[in-house]
Formats: sequence, structure tokens, C-alpha cells
Amino acid sequence: MTPAEIRDAVLDILDTINPDEDLSSLDDEKEFRDQLDMDSMDFLDIVMELRKRYRVQVPEEDYDNLVSMNKTVAYLEPKMKDISA
Amino acid sequence: MYDSIIIGAGMSGLAAGIRSAYYDQKVCILERHNTIGGLNSFYRLRGRNYDVGLHAVTNFTPRGTRRGPFARLLRQLRLTWDEFGLSPQLMSSISFPNVELAFDNNIDLLRSEVARAFPNQIDNFEKLMDSLIDYDDLEQSHFEMSTRERLSEVITDPLLIEMILCPVMWYGNPREHDMDYGQFCIMFRALFLEGLARPFDGVRLILRKLVRKFRELGGELKLRTGVQQIKIDNGRAVGVILDCGDEMSAKNILSSVGAVETFRLCDDDDTTHVHKTGQLSFIEAISTLDTYPSELGHDKTIIFFNDSDKFHWQRPLEDLCDVRTGVICTPNNYCYDTADGKLPDGIMRITALADFNRWKNLNKDDYGRQKKIWFNKVVDSATQFAPDYREHTIDTDMFTPQTIHRFTSHDNGAVYGATRKWFDGTTNFKNLFLCGTDQGFVGIVGSIISGISMANHHLLRGN
Repeated sequence: MTPAEIRDAVLDILDTINPDEDLSSLDDEKEFRDQLDMDSMDFLDIVMELRKRYRVQVPEEDYDNLVSMNKTVAYLEPKMKDISA
Repeated sequence: MYDSIIIGAGMSGLAAGIRSAYYDQKVCILERHNTIGGLNSFYRLRGRNYDVGLHAVTNFTPRGTRRGPFARLLRQLRLTWDEFGLSPQLMSSISFPNVELAFDNNIDLLRSEVARAFPNQIDNFEKLMDSLIDYDDLEQSHFEMSTRERLSEVITDPLLIEMILCPVMWYGNPREHDMDYGQFCIMFRALFLEGLARPFDGVRLILRKLVRKFRELGGELKLRTGVQQIKIDNGRAVGVILDCGDEMSAKNILSSVGAVETFRLCDDDDTTHVHKTGQLSFIEAISTLDTYPSELGHDKTIIFFNDSDKFHWQRPLEDLCDVRTGVICTPNNYCYDTADGKLPDGIMRITALADFNRWKNLNKDDYGRQKKIWFNKVVDSATQFAPDYREHTIDTDMFTPQTIHRFTSHDNGAVYGATRKWFDGTTNFKNLFLCGTDQGFVGIVGSIISGISMANHHLLRGN
């Protein structure tokens, strides 16, 4: 997957977790929690969905990498580059 | 070998099952009874549908609300707001002799009622509401503070304190006399800052929705499958032995049967840890009417009544029941969608406190006789606060602490479970966890949240 494809994959996960959220105005630089109504349970779901959909494991100590879109994509890139979109 | 075995197909067990199955676990829910629901169930009798437990779903928030437990529940279970089919209450009240506080799902009504009935307390009441802690800010250290002490620091009229405590304790206090302040905050928000609602078809709609979702995700549900023992090996729960003698093994076991009740199932439980089971159980007198309650001038959804200025929240000390306080629930009085029409019958349900042991010790004849006696007493008491509907009664039913015990396996028929809670859901045994009433939150939304969060923490993380 390219970084753009990974971004789409994460967007799709966010949409599944929180279908009422408007993601079109998401600022990739800013932290998710400052833009989206997400609690800790929702954040866990990003990790869980990555595992369910792409078999990507995110260990608990790495959760801090998933704070914004840009950081999430950067973190996932090496883990997802060999996955076909 | 299952990833997870869940004991009990009530709200919490089903919610935990959905979470686990959604994330591809091999999961099985075991339910001793031939029906689902546990504390919140339903049945059909002489051609009519009844709910057990559910008076109202608390924590109701309107469509589109993003915050609070109900919105969280929908997101976590991937359900839509419409799937719960909730219709809001019309109006409810807290009724004491000579003073009544009405409330609905907009806190401004209760505010104005307090200002009307207790003009010198309204500023204090506002102060109390400002201090109510957010769900996410609840700290264990503050949780067990005395609510009575806390309220008397803010509110100086004892009658208003009793009137606030009455509905909040009725809808979720496992302790006698006083209440954990954390639990008070949760219930106050659930009742007054969020609100009450009901699905037109009752609790069965929610349960069926949950079961369907669970099965669609590949979860297994076994009814008429009781657990007689949880197998422990070297401090680990390794599986269960069923009533029929068969064994099943699993990596994790999540139990919703109550804390003490779960420990008792463990074959080498350290019995020096004696935990106190709850003491509070209820009777409920259900009357089906030949007319709608509104025709008799009764438009309230719920009335929390108390027949003196002092509210007594305790196990009845001298009799089978204590009918000085109670809850009058009228399932007809919700703001149902016009497409749904009206419920087929008028229904009045009255709940009062009852003593499990006294009911348990009755012989069969006495049990039947006492049911009739107390049915009349509880309705007598309730009709001080609602129109007398007795001459319109065409059918009745009643449940007692015995009934609750039979369907929930909870010691003492204690509806709100043990007086202390196991918030993190862990036990002395690795891989054995608690969910439901004794883990924490009560009510329909609360128990579903319990199942979700325990599944997240213990069944899904790192597996």
C-alpha cells in the first residue's frame, strides 16, 4: 500500500468506528482527539480494525503513534507497504 | 477450544459476545435458561407480552448525540440509533406527601420544579449539578464517598435531599441507606441529564437485536446450558463443566452471574474472601387494564413515590415487603411514533422493596396467598400517588425475589448485585473476568457498556 492508500484505509476505519463523524474536513496534521469525538474505546478500535482487516499488529506501547493522520500513516507505512490495496 | 466463553446471555454477556465475535474470536455464550435477558427479560402470559426489569431505558440521548454512554454503546456495537427504536418518556415525577417534582428529558423542567417547590434551594441545586462528575472523570478514590454526606454539604433542606435520593437509589443503588457518590453521579446523569425512553416493543426488541448481531458475526449461543463449575488449573481458569456434565475449554472466561456467584463456581476458590452479597430485592405487581391509563387521567411515565418525608432504602426488616416507597411505571406513557400506534393494553407496574429470605421460606400455599396479599398492599400504596385503576383490572401478574433469583441466579434476588463492585473485572484467577451488575454500571445501557468494556480490556487486548 502507498501512503495515500494507507490514509484511505485509516479513513475507512474511522468511518466504521464513528459513522456520524464528518471526516471530509479532517486536518492530517492535527491530533484526532482535537477534531473528532473519540474516546479511549474508539482509539482501541483503530488498532483492532487494523488487525481485523490487514493483520497488522500494533503493540500497546506504540499506541502513541496513532494520534494524528500523518503520524498514523508514517507509523503504518513500513508495516503495510507489502499489503496490496 | 474457544477464545472466550461467556456465562449468561443478559445484556452484558451479549454485548461482550458481539465485541469478541466482531473481532473474529471463537466465542460461545452459555445461558442456563431457555430464554435470554437475565435481569432484563420478557415473557408471554395469557396472550400478552410482559417485560421483566425494564421500566425505562436510562441514559437516553437524542439521535445524533455523540457523547455519553448511549452514543458510545452504539458506536462500539456498530448499531444505529434507530435500531434501538427508543421513544422518549412523556413526563415523570418524584412524589412525596404534599410535594411533587416533575421531570422529563430536559433538565430545565426539574430545575424549574425545584425552584417552585424549594425556592430557597435552587442555587444549591444548581451547585450540586455543577459538581456532578463527568463519567470519564470518576476516580476510584471518590467513588465510595457517602452521597448523604455530600448532599447535606450542598443542600440544606432535608426533604429535597430525600426527594433527590429516592429515584436515584431506586434505579441503581445496591447499598442500603446510603449510596456511593460515584454511583450517585452516574445515576443522576443517566436519569436527569440524559433521560428515559422505551422501545415500543419493549426490552425484547433490544435483546433480539443483540442476539441477531451476535449470531451474524458467527457467535454461538447455547440456551438451557447451565455452568456447574469453572475449572481452575494452577490459578488459571481453563474451562467450564456444564450442568449436563460436558466440559468446554476456553482461553478466557467472562462471567455475568455475579461476583460471589462466580467465585462459588470456581472449584478451588479461596473461601476466606467472603464478599457481601446485596440485600435489596423487589416485588412487582403488574395490572393489565381494560382502558388506557391516560383515560383515567394518568399521564406520567414513571412515578417514584414515598409516603413520608423520610425515604427508607433498605431490606424490609419486619415483613415480606416494604411498600412505603415504590415505583409506578406505565409503559403506555411514552412518546411513541405515530406509525407504531398504541400498546394493545393499558398497563400499570408497581415495584416495591422485598425481603428475599422471607419469600424464600414460605411454603407453596403461603407463597400464593402472600403474593395476593402484597399485590393489594403495593397497589393500595401506589394509588395514593396515581389514579385508582383497580376496577379496570382485567389481568394481573406478579414477580417476587424468588422469581428474580430463579431467572438471574443472583444471590438474594439482589437486582443491583453486591454492595461493592469489581470495576476492573479481574478476579483471583487469571483469565476469569466479571461483567454485568457486579462489575459496575447498572441499567440496560450500563450493563451493555460493562460487557463492551470488559470484552475490550480482557478478551480482545493482546489476543
